[in-house]
Amino acid sequence: MPNNVLNRRQFVSTSFAGLAATLLPLPAFALTEAEATQLVNSVVADITRVIDSGKSENAMLRDFERIFVEYGDVPIMARYALGVEARSASNAQMRQFTKAFQGYISRKYGRRFREFIGGEVTVLNARKIKAGYEVRTSVKLRGSAPFEVTFLVSDKSGRGKFFNMFIEGVNLLLTERTEIGALLDARKGNLNQLIKDLDSIG
Amino acid sequence: MTGIVRPGFFGVAGTVSRLSLLKTLMVLSVATFLSACASQPADEAARGEVFDPYEGANRSVHKFNLGVDRFLFRPASKGYVKIVPDPMVTSFSTFAENISLPGQAIDYLLQGNPKQMGNALLRFVINMTVGGLGLSAPADELNLPPVDTDFGETLHVWGFGEGAYVELPFYGPSTTRDAVGVIVNLFSNPINFTPVRPADNLGVYAEVVRRMGDRGRFSDTVDSILYDSADSYAQARLIYLQNRRFELARDDEDSYLGLYDDPYADIGTDPVRDPFLDPYEDPYAE
Repeated sequence: MPNNVLNRRQFVSTSFAGLAATLLPLPAFALTEAEATQLVNSVVADITRVIDSGKSENAMLRDFERIFVEYGDVPIMARYALGVEARSASNAQMRQFTKAFQGYISRKYGRRFREFIGGEVTVLNARKIKAGYEVRTSVKLRGSAPFEVTFLVSDKSGRGKFFNMFIEGVNLLLTERTEIGALLDARKGNLNQLIKDLDSIG
Repeated sequence: MTGIVRPGFFGVAGTVSRLSLLKTLMVLSVATFLSACASQPADEAARGEVFDPYEGANRSVHKFNLGVDRFLFRPASKGYVKIVPDPMVTSFSTFAENISLPGQAIDYLLQGNPKQMGNALLRFVINMTVGGLGLSAPADELNLPPVDTDFGETLHVWGFGEGAYVELPFYGPSTTRDAVGVIVNLFSNPINFTPVRPADNLGVYAEVVRRMGDRGRFSDTVDSILYDSADSYAQARLIYLQNRRFELARDDEDSYLGLYDDPYADIGTDPVRDPFLDPYEDPYAE
């Protein structure tokens, strides 16, 4: 990245980053357990706000996509989900796939959030793991026993972001890698076709 | 493997020695059965990979199960939760869980966990009396640890490995070890042998009703796995195995922690291995 020119686009994005830094309780680096926990609390609050807004489903799904991009390390998640194919993909393909993946995940899981209306999320504990932090939470939905949801957070993207989630031990990224792999197999490994189709899946 | 059942807890040494004899017999017969099955190389098992040597047969069973679900179980379950009021669905599910408690107590005993055995029995007694014949679960308010075990877990505690993945007709995803557990648990609940039992195989019927309640209530989520995914067999297999391993490792957190995969480890950040890709570039940049 050139460091001698501050062009207009960079200036705009830098000032937005500054704005985000003042709005978000997270500093740019050196994530701590407390901050990882705070991240979980604020994403839960944001999602709850959208669910309670009473908007149309499509409007909610757009909001969920915005939240996903804000809190999630989408590029690393997309790469992991694509698996070994990511190594032979071009830069342009990776960009398009990441964008398509982001919409696909937001729609697929956003539709499920309705089942979480009235649910309560309690943070149990947070601890350091190799790749960042693990924040364990207990989710209580009406009329069912509490279950465990674990969030994995890392600041390797430059900011504290989620990169994976486990629901009662079920690894979301690994599940999606299996699914993306199956979708790719069904298209005889044609990544461009998958990128195109992913917009209408989920 | 010996001495798991602590002598003295029941005060009757005879019970304990009969139990260890029973355990020895069971270990022998299960070991004979499981060793006849294919076994996974140790390094693959350690990495937590999926071991599915019977994939062809399993996929046929999966196809059959999908048909059963589509034409029988799914419509019946959706009808059940539509017609029966929600609190009653909850009560029936609670009842199924309550009458499974004596069977779970036996499994805890076989696992050498008298504390949880006592917990299961205490819950049973409270829920069957105060809880109106087991239709509610007042014992949940007592802050006791949760009770959730089966004979598959008992085999796990005794040192049996997971074995191969199998999909059982009507029942769904399992492993060779857990399939043995499922069959043993069909007969191991003492409720099935009490003279006052209201119906034969009550526990099995109650369990079917409970499963219908879950299938009906979470029908969108289950549908998305069974009917919307590109390979529902692979999805069901992965979800089952991960969830089962999580349940069994719950008391042994560090072994579970070892299963975390680091997506940052094998990509992007190492320019030698990945010279032309930067996962942190802005996906919206031109």
